Amino acid sequence: MRKLIDIPANTASYQADKKSKKHESAIRQVGGGARYVDDIPEPANLMHGAIGISQCAAGKITHIDLTKVKESEGVIDVILAEDVPGHIDIAPVFDGDPVLAHHEIKFHGQAVFAVLADSVTNARKAALKALIEVDEATPVLTVAEAKDKHSTVRPPHYMSMGNVDEALARAEFVVSDSVSVCGQEHLYLEGQVSMAIPEEEDRMFVYTSSQHPSEVQKLVAEVLDTSLNKVVVDMRRMGGGFGGKETQAAQWACIAALLASRNQCAVKVRLPRQQDMIVTGKRHPFENSYTMGFSAEGVIAGVSHSINGNCGHSPDLSDAIVDRAMFHADNCYFLNNCDIAGHRLKTNQVSHTAYRGFGGPQGMIMAEAVMDKIARTTGLDPLTVRKRNLYSNENGSVTPYGMDIEHHLVADLIAQLEQSSDYWQRRKAIAEFNKTSPVIKKGLALTPIKFGISFTAKHLNQAGALLHIYTDGSIQINHGGTEMGQGLHTKIAQVVAHEFGVDMDVIEVTSTRTDKVPNTSPTAASSGSDLNGKAAQNACLIVKQRLAEFYVLEVLKQAADVIENVTFEQGHIVLDDNKMPFVELVQQAYFGRVSLSASGFYKTPKIHYNRETGKGRPFFYFAYGASVSEVSVDTLTGEHKVDRVDILHDVGASLNPAIDIGQIEGGFIQGMGWLTTEELKWDDSGKLMSNNLATYKIPAIGDTPRIFNVDLYDRANEEDTIYHSKAVGEPPFMLAMSVWCAIKDAISSIADYGIDPKLDTPATPERVFNAIQQMKGQQQ
Amino acid sequence: MIRFLLNEKLVTIKDAPADLTVLNYLRERLKMTGTKEGCASGDCGACTVVLAELSGLEASGLHYRAINSCVTFLSALHGKQLITIEHLASGKNQLHPVQQAMIDHHGSQCGFCTPGFVMSTFALYHSADSVSRDDVVHSLSGNLCRCTGYRPIIDAALDSCNQEAKDQFITNEKHTVEQLSKLAGQTDAGTQGILMPTTSKEMAEALSQHPDSRLVAGSTDLALEVTQQLSSINTLISVAAMTEMKKVSVNEHELSIGAACPINDISAIFLQYFPSLSEIVERFASLPIRNQATLGGNIANASPIGDMPPVLIALQAKVILDKGDNQRTVPLSDFFTGYKQTVLEQGEWVHSIVIPLSSANTQIRAYKISKRNEDDISAVCAVFSLTTENNKVTAIHSGFGGVAATPTRCDQLRDLVGRNWADADTMALGQQALIDVFTPIDDVRASAEYRKNMLGNLWHRFWLETHTQESMIPVRVDSVLEGAAHA
Repeated sequence: MRKLIDIPANTASYQADKKSKKHESAIRQVGGGARYVDDIPEPANLMHGAIGISQCAAGKITHIDLTKVKESEGVIDVILAEDVPGHIDIAPVFDGDPVLAHHEIKFHGQAVFAVLADSVTNARKAALKALIEVDEATPVLTVAEAKDKHSTVRPPHYMSMGNVDEALARAEFVVSDSVSVCGQEHLYLEGQVSMAIPEEEDRMFVYTSSQHPSEVQKLVAEVLDTSLNKVVVDMRRMGGGFGGKETQAAQWACIAALLASRNQCAVKVRLPRQQDMIVTGKRHPFENSYTMGFSAEGVIAGVSHSINGNCGHSPDLSDAIVDRAMFHADNCYFLNNCDIAGHRLKTNQVSHTAYRGFGGPQGMIMAEAVMDKIARTTGLDPLTVRKRNLYSNENGSVTPYGMDIEHHLVADLIAQLEQSSDYWQRRKAIAEFNKTSPVIKKGLALTPIKFGISFTAKHLNQAGALLHIYTDGSIQINHGGTEMGQGLHTKIAQVVAHEFGVDMDVIEVTSTRTDKVPNTSPTAASSGSDLNGKAAQNACLIVKQRLAEFYVLEVLKQAADVIENVTFEQGHIVLDDNKMPFVELVQQAYFGRVSLSASGFYKTPKIHYNRETGKGRPFFYFAYGASVSEVSVDTLTGEHKVDRVDILHDVGASLNPAIDIGQIEGGFIQGMGWLTTEELKWDDSGKLMSNNLATYKIPAIGDTPRIFNVDLYDRANEEDTIYHSKAVGEPPFMLAMSVWCAIKDAISSIADYGIDPKLDTPATPERVFNAIQQMKGQQQ
Repeated sequence: MIRFLLNEKLVTIKDAPADLTVLNYLRERLKMTGTKEGCASGDCGACTVVLAELSGLEASGLHYRAINSCVTFLSALHGKQLITIEHLASGKNQLHPVQQAMIDHHGSQCGFCTPGFVMSTFALYHSADSVSRDDVVHSLSGNLCRCTGYRPIIDAALDSCNQEAKDQFITNEKHTVEQLSKLAGQTDAGTQGILMPTTSKEMAEALSQHPDSRLVAGSTDLALEVTQQLSSINTLISVAAMTEMKKVSVNEHELSIGAACPINDISAIFLQYFPSLSEIVERFASLPIRNQATLGGNIANASPIGDMPPVLIALQAKVILDKGDNQRTVPLSDFFTGYKQTVLEQGEWVHSIVIPLSSANTQIRAYKISKRNEDDISAVCAVFSLTTENNKVTAIHSGFGGVAATPTRCDQLRDLVGRNWADADTMALGQQALIDVFTPIDDVRASAEYRKNMLGNLWHRFWLETHTQESMIPVRVDSVLEGAAHA
């Protein structure tokens, strides 16, 4: 560069740091200009891929006749597993996920072949024309069948504390029960999509809608039998992820790359919605049961939990998911004595996968089931029981996995919410209402959450960022995290703006690319801003140090010992009475041959877990929250409505309150959908019946409670996270347990709160109706 | 040819596949990618666009209608202005008030549903100067968001739609009306694959010349054959220009509705005569679907789970079937002959629906059970029409969906005529009759057993709602929305 741009006259454009910055893409999103993979201008030679899928759930493939597929209009190429030059298995951790079915069919809807054609429609039509002959086997379709047949994808894992047998023997009450915990379709609004563009020789460039570009890069390299440095993956934004694009996006990228490589043309693979719902994994359904002992005061003496995840046909991420269910079976409660067994059952279903909460919700709901059961047995109010069992210095503060709870926030948080939501007054009013209302019954419940923050696979707790400052003072930041709507890029831009004391407008967060920051972790486990925020901050600190040194030594000609007093604020570098506009500093530094680029790195401290002993500190810290839900239930039909919700949630010192509240509200409603309207149904042959939006119902706008009060709990994180904030992606999802408990509360009013209703999930009108009928039966 | 305004530009289409959807036309042909595909089945609203059309005889302005472009064929655009998300901002830094409110209220997260929400809200913005939360919910019932939980979107819509409508579309309205008026007079509507007859005679000719063609009205169901089953439709005969099928008339005995009237266009007059049916009308699919789907289409496709046939059967409606040279009248309850089967003959179509008006002592209720309140398909739909004199039952009619292969009724309930309606035994007799008569099936929406139970319990609800005037107990979850706990 010979001549730099002119510095604008007014450099004092820095505005006060308002924290609730709008989403960095908001203007483009509301105008239709935000590009998703399918919106990227298409290369001239773009062709379209589609997959052909199995029509049975289990068996050996005996013959595949592709004649009619190849003859179909516009078809260019068809590939089978045998045509893959490199690895066929694209599993993320443990083997078991072939990119295309290899000899064997493992679930109904498994991709068997891929076809390339000159249009989306021609490819999809051709894919329907294969004859796939299978020597069918009897599929394993339920957790119970899998348990009977010892069909598992991974060995079980156990956690234990104290002596449960003794505790139960001495307890005043001992009860057992089970809960069928449903799975969930992610239903990201943007379906799975990838576009692969062959570059020189054997290099490949891939656009994908993925939470894990580095894994897509690795798997594309492996299926193509090439090295990672020849594959570049670019990911600007997803139209929703929720865990459904952590491992599930890779297969379509690999298929696009395989077809692109063979045919030396650009290839896009975009799944139609119904196929997307059939061929991608879901939240794991669980079948959990417990036996527990407790006192007349409602305090747990001990509990034995059996946690059974339906993992589908392969391990995928199920080992860590069932672990996380086990880590959360205590929720906020001290269990005194406990055994927690976690089983990973193998069935002939699509391989179930990550979904917001990652098994945590399916474990945590057991803690709330236990609390309700104690309340109905002892006659105490469920909130009283919950409060009596909280982790505390008096009750006990050690989790079943040996981690000491250092900061007891939740008692105070509940106390505040109890007051702000007027819990006890409403409890009384509802009891009165129910006495005079024979058909409509109201229910109320307050449930807390405690969610452990960190990947339980320790090595994933690392992140990188790449910072560039250009000579006009504008800044580019790239990091390993992906933007799926959660506002990660906005928060990262805020971190960089804050570090340099400049306006958000000069920060550009670029698409996540494997050639900018390598070897990244998935954007998952709520860790996006914790990890990447710190990595970005570290990159800033490196360049700030260089700029401060340059300013003190070269511009001010002062001694090195004052460098540490330099600050960056309001668009300037400042030392005592000296200050210089940031742009001018940058230009002078450039001429002074100072590097204006740096990469930052971060790894989470303190964490460890020994899987042999089931003890350790798997989490850096916990995020807390609580919610109160009030519902009305129609006892004639089982229909129900959420009338009011109050939430108090802990995000530490919020990086962006508007974004955090958006995560809390959105997480809550998604959790409410999981527990009420969203019902996955498979038929007896293992075929998914709820395979489109007409048969699978996520919450619509009318489901948002009319009264929906959401507040942030005002307390900074004790741990040294980015500006002492806390992760927020997953934890609020579990706040929706209060809806399930409130429905149970309404049902139990029929029996004067003396019987705990048997209500499996999702609590559809039909299940609620059946629970009511069962309760009426028990009463008689 | 098909002529319409694409935003401000006059577009003429002389040749295009009959089954090309508006969404694919925008995204694939024009590379206008602001409009998104979320499901291609009219269930998510990511593809929402707005059609502006001449308001009609008495009004002089434009009527704005949000539709799902993924289930709309090009034929629906004829003579209208198609407004897409790219056209809302009036300049580089001049966002539309609806867009600005979405930003101010943090209404977008992943942003994929956002263009659809903005377009639905834009149509609402042009429909009224003041809107309530319920108006917002009804207008946005066809737009799904998986990220936000909707609260900020509701706030954004309330904020923008309660401002005085003042945008470039209003500034340009006169010009747009002039342009559309010119298109309205055009005589050569249609293309080789899209026929747009204007009279019964032309319709009959078109049907006889193209026996393999498909008749299309709102296309919200027909388009699924193309987008979901991947079948091709080479020739479409559109009812869009059949003015006689869009007429609504009423005399002292009956309400007559043209088969080509979109549900939303007739809901006001329908509810004027049958006000107790507002819930079933509001819960008929979503507003974008109601903006397109016609009453005739909902009947003629003969789905066992359509929402209007049970209502119309209970109201003892008749359908007028047309063949060009002659018409015949069939009671709707005799129209359906089997699963997706009707009495319609080759070359015959549903012309209009005639609904007898009910007397003052008739009480009508329609109930729909589904997993989700908005935009869901009935597991069970039950409609009851009861006429009493001094508590004595003088007539009883019913209609049901989701419990048999066709929409149907329960004649056995007529045995209650002559009984005292206030008597609990009357209720019990009817309940048993309903449970005995039907043998519903298990499917993805509900079990047979639950459906049977609901037949009996919805009847029970009907009795609770109608047998007494005094101190009625709450029987709907909505009725205690701000109930005891907030008193």
